Amino acid sequence: MNPVATPFFFYMLSGIMLIGGILVITRKNAVHSAIALITTLLAQAALYLMLYAPFVAGVQIILYAGGIMVLFLFVIMLISIERSQKERQFNHQWLVGIVAAAALGTLFISVYTKAKSLFPEPRTISYPEAQNTQGIASLLFDLHTGTYMFAFEIASLLLLVAIIGAVVMAKKRI
Amino acid sequence: MHEFIQYIQSYLANKDQTPGAAGNVFWATVYVLLVFVGLSIAVICMNWLERKILAHMQVRLGPMRVGPHGLLQPIADALKLLLKEDIIPAEADALVFWIAPFIVVLAAFTVFVVVPFGPTHAITDMNIGILFMLGVSSLSVLGIVTAGWASNSHYPLIGALRSSAQMVSYEVAMGLAVVSVILLTSLHGAGLYGVGGVGTGDTGTLSMIGIVQAQQEQGVWFIFKFFPLGLIGFFIFAIAMVAETNRAPFDLPEAESELTAGFHTEYSGFRWSLFFLAEYSAMIAVSSIAVTLWLGGWLRPFPNALHGATWDQIFSFFPGLTFLALGAMCFFNVVRMPKNPLFKIQTIGLAGFGVVLALIGLILFIPGVRDRVGDIYWFTAKVAAFMYLYIWYRGTFPRYRFDQLMKVGWKVLLPTGLALLILTAATAFVAPPIEEWLKRVL
Repeated sequence: MNPVATPFFFYMLSGIMLIGGILVITRKNAVHSAIALITTLLAQAALYLMLYAPFVAGVQIILYAGGIMVLFLFVIMLISIERSQKERQFNHQWLVGIVAAAALGTLFISVYTKAKSLFPEPRTISYPEAQNTQGIASLLFDLHTGTYMFAFEIASLLLLVAIIGAVVMAKKRI
Repeated sequence: MHEFIQYIQSYLANKDQTPGAAGNVFWATVYVLLVFVGLSIAVICMNWLERKILAHMQVRLGPMRVGPHGLLQPIADALKLLLKEDIIPAEADALVFWIAPFIVVLAAFTVFVVVPFGPTHAITDMNIGILFMLGVSSLSVLGIVTAGWASNSHYPLIGALRSSAQMVSYEVAMGLAVVSVILLTSLHGAGLYGVGGVGTGDTGTLSMIGIVQAQQEQGVWFIFKFFPLGLIGFFIFAIAMVAETNRAPFDLPEAESELTAGFHTEYSGFRWSLFFLAEYSAMIAVSSIAVTLWLGGWLRPFPNALHGATWDQIFSFFPGLTFLALGAMCFFNVVRMPKNPLFKIQTIGLAGFGVVLALIGLILFIPGVRDRVGDIYWFTAKVAAFMYLYIWYRGTFPRYRFDQLMKVGWKVLLPTGLALLILTAATAFVAPPIEEWLKRVL
């Protein structure tokens, strides 16, 4: 069976992501921006699939495309379009923008040219695609091989704090 | 050409995996087309059945004019919709208005990639099957929201707002019920309370086929596992899935008496029919999730009480018998047709339809065919039962108010789901010691 992860798909998906990302900031209509952002997120999920990380791809679709973007749209829909059309789209901070873009670009180029010496030898990941989800589970929860349990629990505690904070801020009287 | 034929045959030679898993593009395409055609036929049947059953529940006749007993009504409707003028309101956002129905249809149809009609009868088996189904079907709310917004009109906007709030709320309860089932797939003990001893616990699975195989291995459908925990989980899902698909009694996004037609008020013709198609295929999709997770997927009923080769043989006759019964129903109605010469064509048509159904039934009795379609038949039969429930709900329950709907979602289903998840995990944890203790005492 030939691998699905051909360069063609990579370039296609990255192209979609780039176009979507540019559309997000250039559209005046906030709903159009949101739809472009959804396209970007879906293409990103497909990139995760190409990296043989189906679980991350599924979570990406559920959380970002299906959850967060729905709430985004929910809020954006209630904004008056006529008024937002008249507002200034960009605040002209060219200097800061150019400096930031140049710094990021340098970083990307240096990573691209020196990647082999910068990174340690690639660890061989022994989980085939069909075992990926099970691999994540055993890394997290297994009694003997699980090493990330503590970090996982800390992250979930952070989320809990965020949830309680949201409730406290949204409710005037608890 | 010769290589192509070999390529086609290579999949048939060892037929113990899905075409997706075998990486065979040709058979995957064939399966996709089969599922697409089957789904379209199912939606057409549902259209007719819903009108007929609802009508009979309300002591009416339902469609009777187009074809015998209104059998051709769905086709007439489809023609009408295709010929209707396609209106895009002047103030609407044309591009988004145009895209929205396609998002909904895409989301509704894509999930069928992983629906397991049988151990080999699925387009593909994904490692993240159930996650994929929930994720992609949650994308349909994006289509509904954008449709409501793009119409630039009051009723659709309110419908879209209601719909997004409702679907996001019920997704939470739905997810909790699903997680409790995924927990059960990691157990290995047979029977109602079987856990499989300490240390034998393995990682569970998210694959749709794997979930059904786990039920087969444990010898119990997950609806009965840890009775009554499995049953409670099933009920949470069964309520949440009605809300997810915006059907009565949770059909607030398209409540006719308040919002005209909700989010698709401004749509007409072909685009409207796309929403219709998506709604029904989404219903079938969530029903097949419920069937796969709790009702043993393609497994036949009573595998424990009525086991053995004889019973397998008897149960394999069911597909053919069903179609023969449908054919017999047609002939019964042929006899009851009015003898007026004006009804002659209708009578002949109905008799022809009965003959076709009976012939399909006879084909399904051929041993080779019989063995192949058994799993598909049981899966479809279980899904069909859910479809009937949908119609039954619509004929029975009055519509909820929006605050009641939110109350049920957040204050009843969500805490129940959380408690269920904790209880299921606790049962899996404490069952082995209790079992040991019982063995020592008795």
